[in-house]
Amino acid sequence: MKHLLSIDDLDVESLTDLLDLSEHFVAVNQRDIPKVPALRGKVVASLFYEDSTRTRLSFETAAKRLSCDVMTFSVSQSSVKKGESLLDTVQTIEAMGIDAIVIRHPAAGAPHRVAEWTDASVINAGDGRHAHPTQALLDALTLRRHRELNGLRVAIVGDVRHSRVARSNVKALDLLGADVTLVAPPTLLPESLEGWPVQVSHDFDDVISEVDVVMLLRMQFERQGEALFPTVREYTARYGLTEARAERLKPDALIMHPGPMNRGVEVAASVADGPASLVTEQVANGVAVRMAVLFSLLGSGATIA
Amino acid sequence: MPEYLIKGGRVIDATGERTADVLVRDGKVADVAPDLQTTEDVIEARGCIVSPGFVDLHVHLREPGDEEAETIETGTRAAARGGFTAVVAMPNTRPALDDAAVVSSVLALGKEAGLCDVVSSGCITVARAGEQLAPMGELYALGVRIFTDDGFCVASAGVMRRALEYAASLPGAIVAQHAEDETLAAGGHMHEGAWSSRLGIPGRPSVAETVIVARDIELCEVTGTPVHFLHCSAAGTVALVRAAKARGLPVSAECAPHHFSLTDECCEGFDPQFKVHPPLRTQADVEAIREGLADGTIDAIATDHAPHTPESKERPFEEAPPGMLGLETALAVTITELVEPGTLTLSDALALLSWRPARLAGLEAHGRPIVPDAPANLTIFDPGHEWVVEPGGLASRARNTPFAGRTLRGKVRHTVLNGDVVVRDGAATR
Repeated sequence: MKHLLSIDDLDVESLTDLLDLSEHFVAVNQRDIPKVPALRGKVVASLFYEDSTRTRLSFETAAKRLSCDVMTFSVSQSSVKKGESLLDTVQTIEAMGIDAIVIRHPAAGAPHRVAEWTDASVINAGDGRHAHPTQALLDALTLRRHRELNGLRVAIVGDVRHSRVARSNVKALDLLGADVTLVAPPTLLPESLEGWPVQVSHDFDDVISEVDVVMLLRMQFERQGEALFPTVREYTARYGLTEARAERLKPDALIMHPGPMNRGVEVAASVADGPASLVTEQVANGVAVRMAVLFSLLGSGATIA
Repeated sequence: MPEYLIKGGRVIDATGERTADVLVRDGKVADVAPDLQTTEDVIEARGCIVSPGFVDLHVHLREPGDEEAETIETGTRAAARGGFTAVVAMPNTRPALDDAAVVSSVLALGKEAGLCDVVSSGCITVARAGEQLAPMGELYALGVRIFTDDGFCVASAGVMRRALEYAASLPGAIVAQHAEDETLAAGGHMHEGAWSSRLGIPGRPSVAETVIVARDIELCEVTGTPVHFLHCSAAGTVALVRAAKARGLPVSAECAPHHFSLTDECCEGFDPQFKVHPPLRTQADVEAIREGLADGTIDAIATDHAPHTPESKERPFEEAPPGMLGLETALAVTITELVEPGTLTLSDALALLSWRPARLAGLEAHGRPIVPDAPANLTIFDPGHEWVVEPGGLASRARNTPFAGRTLRGKVRHTVLNGDVVVRDGAATR
């Protein structure tokens, strides 16, 4: 595998291999000195065209723990502000000598275009509404450490329409045998679900007591102006994981959120911090998963040590 | 060139078809009969069709304002190589074609290039802003017959109504709508459907087109002024236009080759060469467009030739401008996708490329039967010639064809403009 642009680049076997490899890095990360020389001398450029804290830090931490050199390209301080095109930026950083580009971009498919323009490996760190494959991998890893995924019932709740996290998770969870139900008002679902291996509900209360996992998506407040839902208050009332609703969950149900969370909107603070929440584990596993991705793309012949 | 003979071709025009030689003298057809002789030049047409020149109702020549993408000279050279003897220049230039001086300069540049008759459209509203009517009468006096704000939809029903009412005082004028309701399509980059949902690319739904078509059909009925629908892309549009024609309303419609040959699935690889407004839609829409072409609902094949510089397309899909080249591939796509599969006869295809659009645009010198005394605007093409579309080999200044690498059949050999052989053996002579 040369690039990781989407979960479509993976099959069950390579996905499972990546998760198994991630387990090694979970162990590495628990060492006193969580660093291995596996990718010493490799250069990873991080190219973020959208604000991001956790994903960028997670990738950069992952690269450093593998002993990569990290070239951080911060769009707000760069020549992009002076009008440089994505193509020129890619050619410029490639000329400096790089092995991988980690890119986040507001336009769907931007990483696919970059992959056509560079010899480096391209890792999609989120492109528009399209894909966020490493988020789906870290969610799968996190869940797999608690439950058997085959037959697991997962509800993905919220703004699926605008969510790259949801698109990638649907694919990854389906590959691993989970049953996914999307829960949202029709206005926050994709226009067409043709070919999506999911069930759909517009009524959170209908499914809440039957699911094993609730994955909440972040509510983007600016959507309120697009007539996609009436008010944040109404959204919370119908689709938020409120305390009252959380009481109807199965006793061993798990709660996930890709962050950043709007406490009190899509999830009550007490629920997010409660024992069923895997939120901080997701963040920790993110580093391990991204180490696994970097290692499998760049580490041919190397050993983890 | 006082006289020359087009020898050995099969002549097809609105009156029928026959095998005949065509003698051209002083810019006009002098004789049409088998086995004519001349002591002057002979233009080889064996195995070829001799047709009235093609007429494209919808071309973006980009001049003035975007000459790095196309100029009137390069665009009309592409037109001539595609077999077109007349093109209607769209008004979304910079400045827009909303002013007599700008229109005059476009017409003059077209004449100077001498490759293809350039007919100017005129804006419906000043600066295509959808508010104040452009000086339609002044533009009409310069020969403008097609009024449109193409690129933008006339969004206001009130403004559209007034434009139609006003145009009723200009005989032969038609008001052409770019039917896309921006409140439904804004922010979208491809057809809204299964593929846009999968790819996470915001969509432009079919209903954005059909709500405007339905509305403007009602306005057509109220005002009686002819309404033309540009680049029809949705199955629903074909049904609406068919029903409006059955009611006897003066509506007409065109469609672009990419809308009867490509679908939204082409966007799977995020290649902006497949980005266009209105967008490539589904196979069901393609089928409906083909039916509309076959049953006469759609009046013309028009390319919506929309050149863009390579750098503007070397961007992520959502950031690249919409539009694709069409002039040099239109005939071949029509033959390969419609004639060879049996959807259209060759004669019906030529009607859609030549005489029906010529009549809509009020072009007396184009699309005429090939008979003595008719102006010699002719296209001679080999319907079976197989070729591979190479962007670098196009005469257009731009390279943004969605058919790059495709093998197509049907190639223009010679194009005759007012008696001048502007394309000979596939190459422009000027």
